Amino acid sequence: MTEKIMMDSMGIERALNRIAHEIIERNKGTENLVLVGIRTCGVHLARRLSVKIKEVEKSDVPVGILDITLYRDDILTRKEHPAVRKTDIPFDLTDKVVVLVDDVLFTGRTIRAAMDGLMDLGRPALIKLAVLIDRGHRELPVRADYVGKNIPTSRPASVKALLSEEGFEDTVILKEEQ
Amino acid sequence: MGLKSKDLLDIQGLEKDEINLILDTAESFKEVTSRDIKKVPTLRGKTVFNLFFEPSTRTRTSFELAAKRLSADVINFSVSTSSVVKGETLLDTARNIEAMRSDFIVIRHSASGAPHMLARQLKSSVINAGDGSHEHPTQALLDMFTIREKKGMIEGLKIAIIGDIIHSRVARSNIHGLTKLGAEVRIVGPPALIPMDIEALGVSVFYNMEDALSGADVIMVLRLQLERQGKNFFPSLREYAGLYSLTSDKAGYAKEDVMIMHPGPMNRGVEISPEVADGLSSVILEQVTNGIAVRMAALYLLSGVG
Repeated sequence: MTEKIMMDSMGIERALNRIAHEIIERNKGTENLVLVGIRTCGVHLARRLSVKIKEVEKSDVPVGILDITLYRDDILTRKEHPAVRKTDIPFDLTDKVVVLVDDVLFTGRTIRAAMDGLMDLGRPALIKLAVLIDRGHRELPVRADYVGKNIPTSRPASVKALLSEEGFEDTVILKEEQ
Repeated sequence: MGLKSKDLLDIQGLEKDEINLILDTAESFKEVTSRDIKKVPTLRGKTVFNLFFEPSTRTRTSFELAAKRLSADVINFSVSTSSVVKGETLLDTARNIEAMRSDFIVIRHSASGAPHMLARQLKSSVINAGDGSHEHPTQALLDMFTIREKKGMIEGLKIAIIGDIIHSRVARSNIHGLTKLGAEVRIVGPPALIPMDIEALGVSVFYNMEDALSGADVIMVLRLQLERQGKNFFPSLREYAGLYSLTSDKAGYAKEDVMIMHPGPMNRGVEISPEVADGLSSVILEQVTNGIAVRMAALYLLSGVG
């Protein structure tokens, strides 16, 4: 097993800064913009993006929390059910530009579940996807609109974002079997 | 972690961690039930049979809604129009239901232990929706959920349960659950309606309302189960109501922020006065709302035990 640091805290910081600016640029400001983080790491990243956007635009972009457990496609085939936690989106999604935020984009199945979840909560005008890392190996036709870093990986490798909110030093780690 | 058993038969057999897991999960489902679209696709393709051998509106409807909001299919098996009236045994009825590929059987039966017997014989998850005067686990879970939601925690609370303890499956389930979660449980009622040696379950027994209710954080009023009672448990309804009906005077012995609960259906003017049932301290209708989220949590968690 080898572990390689793919991004350090400065790298993550710069990537999020760039994504924040790209979101503002493509949305032409923050009008109708909302961020929805996918539990757990996506929520931390969404909150950071909201702060960064506020530094530039001086306006608040609301952050919601989405738990996708109930929409997973493997829920009935897994041995034990994953814990369900609360979705907390305290604003209306209808006609909003929703930027869905997650840490690692892999098969795309999480994003499929997240989009189903969002649709049950309202009818967004637009859903965009922002991820810190895109590691490839998609199993569904899903593509990110904002990517912090593309990391080519082998299928069995694992990519983890460790974030300060969870008590780690900000890093992205690639683990590979030898 | 998950639940240990495929069935939810009683609170007595659940560990504290399992109770907390169900309550935590129910919190997430409560959010789902407060949405405009109160439905998630989680149990698509699963089938729930409601098998009620005793009358029920709340519990059966609550299970039906819980299952539907998880996208499961629900069949309400009404005993009065079924082959049971032609003499089919409970086990044969249940086996026939399982032959139709049931995943869950929710059963209410007047015989204590009926769900346990089915659980041993069937592959489906069996949920006890009330068995005789034994247990009614989902009612206790929704009661504990409601208390926890309002009071923040259950540990250390003084909880008084009033009335027909001996016939009450709700009381038995709540006593097991609340004591496991660290509450101080007091039982009060006329001696004839309190089981012998109930102190063994970790509760204190009172025969006087003032003693039992003083300083209480929560009061649970039970329905007087006249249909299960023989004669002579007490001289008259009027006398019972005079001594044990929860009126606002008697509720005044409890803490100012006391919450008043009743599992329904209520006999207004018998065990509870209308001004208490409809008063500001009453959470009786919130209990009903929370019941759906708790039952969704139970269905979800049980479907994950393989």
